[in-house]
Amino acid sequence: MKAVKVTGWILLVALVGIQFMPTERNQSDLIPKTDFMVVNEVPKNIESVIKTSCYDCHSNNTDYPWYNKVQPVAWYLEDHVEHGKEELNFNEWDSYSSRRKNSKLKSIISQIEDDEMPLTSYTLIHRDARLSDNEKKIVLDWVSKLKDSL
Amino acid sequence: MKRTNLATGILAMAIIALMATSCKDKNKEQENQEGHNTEQMDDSGHMDGTMEDHSQMEQDNMNQGGMAMMSSEVVADYLTLKNALVSDDKDGAATAGEKLESSLKDFDTSKFSDEQQAELTDIIEDATEHAEHIAKSDIGHQREHFDILSKDVIDLLAIAGSERTLYQAYCPMYNDNKGAQWLSATEEIKNPYYGSKMMTCGSVQKQIN
Repeated sequence: MKAVKVTGWILLVALVGIQFMPTERNQSDLIPKTDFMVVNEVPKNIESVIKTSCYDCHSNNTDYPWYNKVQPVAWYLEDHVEHGKEELNFNEWDSYSSRRKNSKLKSIISQIEDDEMPLTSYTLIHRDARLSDNEKKIVLDWVSKLKDSL
Repeated sequence: MKRTNLATGILAMAIIALMATSCKDKNKEQENQEGHNTEQMDDSGHMDGTMEDHSQMEQDNMNQGGMAMMSSEVVADYLTLKNALVSDDKDGAATAGEKLESSLKDFDTSKFSDEQQAELTDIIEDATEHAEHIAKSDIGHQREHFDILSKDVIDLLAIAGSERTLYQAYCPMYNDNKGAQWLSATEEIKNPYYGSKMMTCGSVQKQIN
């Protein structure tokens, strides 16, 4: 019984302790010249879908939820965003070569088609980031056209 | 960008073709890479293999051989991957994808010109990403990535050359009839995009030496 109590206290102290650990925030007001929306002529409705459903993890600016203030959630999100940006950063779109652009667009299409993106763990909380069948269709059509035009 | 790509590719292939003419017949012995190298050295009359003793022109010759050698690991892993897809073997393809990832990482671009280095780095970065995806996807996705990966490897070989003779094949049906290419060590068509479903769909476009 005593052991349980001690473990409980240690866990509590640790949980409080990690709240003071700093996290890297992915936030920036700057829209670089290389941004996807700047270099491509993106129709308004497509732009809005991509910004709502993709930009939180695939750009330099995340619209953080309130619970991001709580550890270890913040770490989890930090890691998530870092990895997302590594795979694809819409803010840096034009710095990719045409070969890379083509590959990224291909991946965007197949991931959306197969409902791999946006991630379920993300849409669970961000209900507005879910893609309806119609949104999926218009985004896929448009991205395919962009890919063919490269 | 695509046009420059093509131009560099054609130029590189022309150079390789010129340099390889003398040992074209020996190239046919695909498996015997070591033997092929020795024979190439024999042809130019140098058995010792010490670089210092060679004149500039011969050194260039050596470098070209050396460069084609650099791509051999990548080619070998690519072919293993291709064969796994031909036999509808998802796990085999995943393992080969992982191996290809590391052989791409080990590909040394330092011997190439600055322009070629930039191009190669771009190709390798792209191909690595596809290899990574192949290592952890289902077979449908593996084949989608293999499509783009094949283009990357074809472009890479246009610059670096290949030690063994390869055949560039084309399946017009894959990818919603947009078509897809692949490389094979044999002329016989065994389709990696459809596997057992449509094994013989496709035709050889050209031979790469």
